[in-house]
Amino acid sequence: MDNFEGSDFYILDDLLTEEQRLIRDTVRDFVDDQIMPVIEDSFMNDRFPDQVVPTLGELGLLGANLEGYDCAGLDSTAYGLIMQELERGDSGLRSFVSVQGGLVMYPIHRYGSEEQKKKYLPELAAGRSIGCFGLTEPDHGSNPEGMITSAVDDGDSYILNGNKMWITNGCVADVALVWAKLDGRIRGFLVDKGTSGYSTTKQGKKFSLRASTTSELHFQDCRIPKDNILSGADGLGGPLSCLTQARFGIAWGAIGSAMACFETARKYATSRIQFDKPIGSFQLVQKKLADMLTEITKGQLLNLRLSQLKDSGKMSAQHVSLAKRNNVYWALEIARSARDLLGANGITHEYPVGRHMLNLESVITYEGTHDIHTLILGHEITGIPAYK
Amino acid sequence: MKIAVCMKRVPDTATRLTFAADGKSVDTSEVQWVISPYDEYAIEEGLRIRERAGEGTVTAITVGPEGASKELRQALGMGVDDGILAVCDEPLDPIQTARSLVAILADRADDIVLFGKQAVDSQGAQVGALVARLLGRPFVNDIAAIEVSEQQVRIERDIEGGRETIEGPLPIIVGAEKSLNEPRYPKLKDIMQAKKKPIEKVTPQTGEPSFETVAVTTPAPRPEGRIVGEGPEAVDELIRLLREEAKVI
Ligand SMILES: Cc1cc2nc3c(=O)[nH]c(=O)nc-3n(C[C@H](O)[C@H](O)[C@H](O)COP(=O)(O)OP(=O)(O)OC[C@H]3O[C@@H](n4cnc5c(N)ncnc54)[C@H](O)[C@@H]3O)c2cc1C
Repeated sequence: MDNFEGSDFYILDDLLTEEQRLIRDTVRDFVDDQIMPVIEDSFMNDRFPDQVVPTLGELGLLGANLEGYDCAGLDSTAYGLIMQELERGDSGLRSFVSVQGGLVMYPIHRYGSEEQKKKYLPELAAGRSIGCFGLTEPDHGSNPEGMITSAVDDGDSYILNGNKMWITNGCVADVALVWAKLDGRIRGFLVDKGTSGYSTTKQGKKFSLRASTTSELHFQDCRIPKDNILSGADGLGGPLSCLTQARFGIAWGAIGSAMACFETARKYATSRIQFDKPIGSFQLVQKKLADMLTEITKGQLLNLRLSQLKDSGKMSAQHVSLAKRNNVYWALEIARSARDLLGANGITHEYPVGRHMLNLESVITYEGTHDIHTLILGHEITGIPAYK
Repeated sequence: MKIAVCMKRVPDTATRLTFAADGKSVDTSEVQWVISPYDEYAIEEGLRIRERAGEGTVTAITVGPEGASKELRQALGMGVDDGILAVCDEPLDPIQTARSLVAILADRADDIVLFGKQAVDSQGAQVGALVARLLGRPFVNDIAAIEVSEQQVRIERDIEGGRETIEGPLPIIVGAEKSLNEPRYPKLKDIMQAKKKPIEKVTPQTGEPSFETVAVTTPAPRPEGRIVGEGPEAVDELIRLLREEAKVI
């Protein structure tokens, strides 16, 4: 397997600092050395490659943009580059890191008490502990506001009841951040693995994100200490602020997938001979490649600017929606087009393209479907919400 | 324990290289640079020697353009204490590189100086030996293991069909082979902290070159392959051709 070179048509490397490039290259090497050799089997066997978690922690990839509590404290571009490189390996791997950092560590860091931060963050940063984020329910996906999971105040504890579905890392998590309604308001609760009344079921039969664990969470009179509420988060804004973090990482990550597909297609087009010529010499194939590179370059520029906005405190959730929507859409289009360009080889796991294509079907759905982001932008543009 | 590691940045092995218009050099405008892989083993071993000794410093030294500070930062991110960059934009021949390094190393009194056994771009395997000669210190290349105790070193080398163990006094200069160790990844936090570690910039004392590169050319294209047949039936014909035409068996 050749080492990955990346795609950088507009020489954006020049806009990165030495540290950002080093971080990118380190993660790229890690993915080449430790992910590429195992990812195909992981995907085929429907198994998250959990053996790499300690290394993810040791390198500092978990919650890498958070300050303190043993986190690396990176800027947003460096963080984005990490996501890009991880997803170049596999969306499941990036999902693991997104959930751990953006959806579990971030809310504890932002909304948690000092005790919660000290207890959870260093363990999660080191990869000694795994987290999951339970928002979606069987009957409430795009509309989490309608959730029915509930928390009831009972003396010195809360009692949780309800079910969550499609939860990344669910079965393997040591701590679940669960969103439930307390007196009609959405609040976040930390539920440790092994708490009585809390159980999980692995969701199978997936054709997408197979190298990532997806689970149902069940709460049946699950009693947790009062201290386990995230006191700083009150209302839907809590989980949504986490999603903004994770979606930012997805916008970067999707371009990583797209780069993997494009580079595979580019090589294939110059070596595969049909009608006595490399297929890359046909105009239709060239158009496909030209479109891919154009969209990747545009996505990279969006990501870089989005990171600048984030670091300067000007980034809005709508800015993130535009990038998530655009970049995932094009990554999926590029994956499909690359799949097509590879002919029959494109449907095998000899090449990473089919795996990326299947994975991206999840990525375009989770963290706000493509159309939900369309509505968020529509709302932003017109001032008129069209969700219901 | 005072340790120096001499390292070179080279084009990433994944980069497709093209020759520059002058016909004498490689076009580096789109090259991605990395630490020459054998030098990474040297860095890792320097760090391990320091860690085993429980004290000491490791300094990474390179001769190259300003941009080579990125590779020095990587070494700092891996745990090296400080860096020295002899800033030079011109390509140097091995004796010039060696002289530049000697000017830096001469007064440092390192117990051990580590090199990679060779750089993977020029493949010359000269600089370590030249530096040792100019400094009048012993040199062992291709080392597969090294143990340092007090003022003694014990070194193992892979030799044809076996392993050689040698012992001798410090100071010493060695060249790292890939069986030496598995280099660590720099931790992201350490990459950020490497910003605060010092890189000293010096003017290299290269002296005059001995040789000049007058041309670089691509190898002649390989003749096209031929498919003799398929499956076991093709074996006889293949053997015949290998014997009679290619004359290799
Ligand atoms: C692999 C995977 C991992 C996941 N991980 C997690 C996780 O870790 N934690 C978590 O909480 N959730 C997770 N999810 C859930 C994910 O966020 C939801 O699937 C997503 O929000 C969509 O919800 P839904 O599946 O219920 O689809 P629905 O909301 O039922 O949507 C179905 C279709 O209807 C469209 N639609 C819905 N409402 C509107 C509207 N108002 N206007 C126009 N169109 C509309 C949607 O765009 C979509 O096309 C994961 C999902 C997957 C597939």
